Amino acid sequence: MEKKNPKEWYISNFETFEKKLNGGSKTYLHEIRKEALRELASLNFPTFRNEEWKYTDVSPIVNNNFVPAVNTTPAKVDKKTIDQLLFKNFDYHLLVFINGIFSEELSDIKELPRGVFIGSLKRLYKERPQLVDQHLNKVSRIENAFNALNTAYAVDGFAAIIPDCVIVEKPIQILYLNSSETEQILSVPRNLIMVGKNSQLSVITNHRGTGSEKYFSNIVSEILVDENGILDFYKIQYENDEAYHIEKVQAIQKKSSVLNHYNINFGGAIVRNDINSVLDDENIETHFYGLYLAHGNQHVDNHTFADHAKPNCMSNELYKGILDDNARGVFNGKIIVRKDAQKTNAYQSNKTILLSKTAKIDTKPQLEIFADDVKCSHGATVGQLDEEAEFYIRSRGVPQELAKSMLIRAFANDVIEKVKIEPLKEQLNHMIFEHLKKVEILNL
Amino acid sequence: MLAIKNLHANVEGKEILKGINLLINAGEVHAIMGPNGSGKSTLANVLAGNSSYEVTEGEVYFDGKNILEMNPETRAREGIFLAFQYPIEIAGISNATFLKTALNEIKRYKGEPELTPKEFLDRMKAKAQILGLDETLISRYVNVGFSGGEKKRNEIFQMLMLEPKFVLLDETDSGLDIDALKIVSSGVNIYRNKDNAVLVVTHYQRLLNYIQPDFVHVLFNGKIIKTGGKELALELEDKGYDWVKDEALETQNV
Repeated sequence: MEKKNPKEWYISNFETFEKKLNGGSKTYLHEIRKEALRELASLNFPTFRNEEWKYTDVSPIVNNNFVPAVNTTPAKVDKKTIDQLLFKNFDYHLLVFINGIFSEELSDIKELPRGVFIGSLKRLYKERPQLVDQHLNKVSRIENAFNALNTAYAVDGFAAIIPDCVIVEKPIQILYLNSSETEQILSVPRNLIMVGKNSQLSVITNHRGTGSEKYFSNIVSEILVDENGILDFYKIQYENDEAYHIEKVQAIQKKSSVLNHYNINFGGAIVRNDINSVLDDENIETHFYGLYLAHGNQHVDNHTFADHAKPNCMSNELYKGILDDNARGVFNGKIIVRKDAQKTNAYQSNKTILLSKTAKIDTKPQLEIFADDVKCSHGATVGQLDEEAEFYIRSRGVPQELAKSMLIRAFANDVIEKVKIEPLKEQLNHMIFEHLKKVEILNL
Repeated sequence: MLAIKNLHANVEGKEILKGINLLINAGEVHAIMGPNGSGKSTLANVLAGNSSYEVTEGEVYFDGKNILEMNPETRAREGIFLAFQYPIEIAGISNATFLKTALNEIKRYKGEPELTPKEFLDRMKAKAQILGLDETLISRYVNVGFSGGEKKRNEIFQMLMLEPKFVLLDETDSGLDIDALKIVSSGVNIYRNKDNAVLVVTHYQRLLNYIQPDFVHVLFNGKIIKTGGKELALELEDKGYDWVKDEALETQNV
């Protein structure tokens, strides 16, 4: 089939989509979509000429005519398939999205504290439309054609509304499964997470792919953490090797709130994460932890942005990567300390290990400091596995391959040890070795 | 047990060992002493198979096998153990995992059955006790957060766990206070028997008060220039190295 111009393709598909919405085309949400479609028409997909996308060539994504999931027949997925992809051995609420669309029958939401909403964006819009109207596409604004594409086709996603003074004990595990045997699908989850004052929530997004077709996950997540709120957000991306994956996370944090974002990437052919937080009041803490493991021809690009708008806040960032074969990594860590943000503490560290001569990383700290009484530091290192350390391990009788695995495990440790859910930690360890095709080390 | 013949080795293209000859029999403890830069640590690393050091000439036989052909893990499985001067930290890997992996590799090489988990843990606890190490050591990550002295003790602990035939102690006394020195030495003395051998590489004589050597060799400028009994160590402590150098120059050994 002949490829169409990407913008024309997505714009022409929109009519089909609108027809499927029935009465849904007269809502405020649809106004947002139509506006986004107009923006899509006027925006261009980024190219390397765009500073923010300098090292990531998205043309393979743009040049594919992906079919928006809403315009396809829903894929049939059974519980057994789901079960194999979940993080286990702890108690959680489960939400399953197939190609970005919520599956009630595959999900398992247990009893929730009063007033808590955990479910699909679609249901949230039915039950509390004013909330969606108030926040959707307002926390995150459209910055590029990918964001516009997500917004134009946004029908569903994960929504969590936690009222004030509620601690949600069990983490929420959200499985985004992309699966199609027949079509190349565009999946556009739109997530909205609002943590109330003095409340706590822990979310694990688990991105997976089965099926034989190439697909494109294009996600936008909007997050609000109110005063004294704590959000732990674990993103674990293990799409299939052919997949394209782009997520923009935009958080706004209020006074004394804490955001711990964990961004762990294994899969995908081209991956781009934008993780942004605005520290919009005093005494806020923001932690960005990242781990990227890539081999073959994978390309993983992580952009983070800690926007210090007010005084007495702290942001701390630790991103580590292990790249093998021809894999390519990009790290861009932006910190802005605005004029009012005195007594800011902002730290950033990016470390990458290259396991082959052909793996490559472009790493760039980007600090813009407009206040004078601040503590900021950044550092980036790129290196190989330490040969002296390898010799130490081998000198105990351990074979070379296993010695390398131990050093990979050791390198990833300071990110992994920040994970608060023990069983998740173990499964992540397992995935590290599985993904890099290295001999696994199981701790006793 | 170990026969070193005319061993030459380079580090980054520079010749450090310039013809070492040394014979060590089972049941013996040898000490190599010498000023800084004489090649002591190089010798220890070359014997253990560190590939940063290039052997340019000579032979090393261990129980009749040419070990220079072997990679470090094979040498370890044959029974060579190097207690490092600067032990490495391995975050994320517990001491138990590390040692069980190592021990099983060694056992497999020798065709011996692996230890059961219980046997392994019992052994860890027993050996830890000898060195006054806390049992929490078992689950702690290898050398992570250990003080200098704890790291050295952990080297001796690993030695006791792996039961090698030939032990190289590379400046094991450096950075140890007197109490730690005694503990480390007692570990080595417990390990010593008629079937194994120890080569102590040290700058100072004080370790040799606790681990008594049968032979003391003076290494200078990449060669052994004098060999004596344990009294030689005391003489060196007393008079320094210069007189040995002078003596060697007179006999044109250097």
